[in-house]
Amino acid sequence: MDMRTPLGKVRGLGSAKDGTEHFWRQRLTAVSNVFLISFFIIFMVLYAGAPYQEMIAVLHNPLVAIVCAFVILSVTIHMRLGMQIIIEDYVHGEIGKVALLILNTFFAVVVAGAAIFALLKIAFAG
Amino acid sequence: MANVTNNRPLSPHLQVYRLIPTMAMSILHRITGGALYFGTLLVVWWLIAAATGEEYYNWVMWFMNSWFGRLVLFGYTWVLILHMLGGLRHLLWDVGYGFEKEFSTKLARANLIGSIALTLVVWVIGYTIR
Ligand code: HEM
Repeated sequence: MDMRTPLGKVRGLGSAKDGTEHFWRQRLTAVSNVFLISFFIIFMVLYAGAPYQEMIAVLHNPLVAIVCAFVILSVTIHMRLGMQIIIEDYVHGEIGKVALLILNTFFAVVVAGAAIFALLKIAFAG
Repeated sequence: MANVTNNRPLSPHLQVYRLIPTMAMSILHRITGGALYFGTLLVVWWLIAAATGEEYYNWVMWFMNSWFGRLVLFGYTWVLILHMLGGLRHLLWDVGYGFEKEFSTKLARANLIGSIALTLVVWVIGYTIR
């Protein structure tokens, strides 16, 4: 027996009202992460611990800076979605859950903001 | 009112199952996802240090070149690769492939072994061309 109303059925959004949006974004960023993280792993292996001038020089390269910015964007969106699922799975108290979900978003935004700022500062101001 | 929710029977949880490769890798995917979440702090620290100036950067550089820093970096890249290969398995399942019992077990093993092998390859190549 299907208890859904005809309107609910065509909308297909379910009880959380966002349908497959969360699932889809997690997959979308998983795909972009494969490419971006592959780049970033190589970047890290080559430049983590490199001398200051060398590090600044490579981040002055617009291509490197832009790809790094995409790494940050893709990863912070993906990790926020992922952590949301973990929180919803294990934290059942309403207040605790909402508080952690808020913190989760703050964390992702602060990480993204700080990293992008650093990249832009190096690119434009050295 | 009696506390109804507390007396409800629970479905069996992790501890009643024998640990098999697919299950272990599924748990590891979540653990690595959670670890990488905080691992981004390492990346931000590095970028902020470079943006702050030479003096502070040099301190971070010293850490990254210390044996402990190298260990952290090595572990970080390994966890990234482990989670990435696990993610690729998820994407394979999402398009409808790879559910057969023997195959999925093989894939789970390949996930772990492949992550270790790839991490070593990346670092060996990194060190030789650096
Ligand atoms: C490198 C490429 C990556 C791929 C292909 C990938 C793929 C995936 C996929 C498909 C899922 C969903 C798993 C599920 O539905 O159970 C997932 C979950 C997750 N990912 Fe990633 N991911 C990648 C990188 C990252 C990075 C860099 C982070 C963190 C900074 C991260 C954090 C998470 C978290 C926290 C979860 C939730 C774990 C769970 O629900 O069990 N991932 N990842």
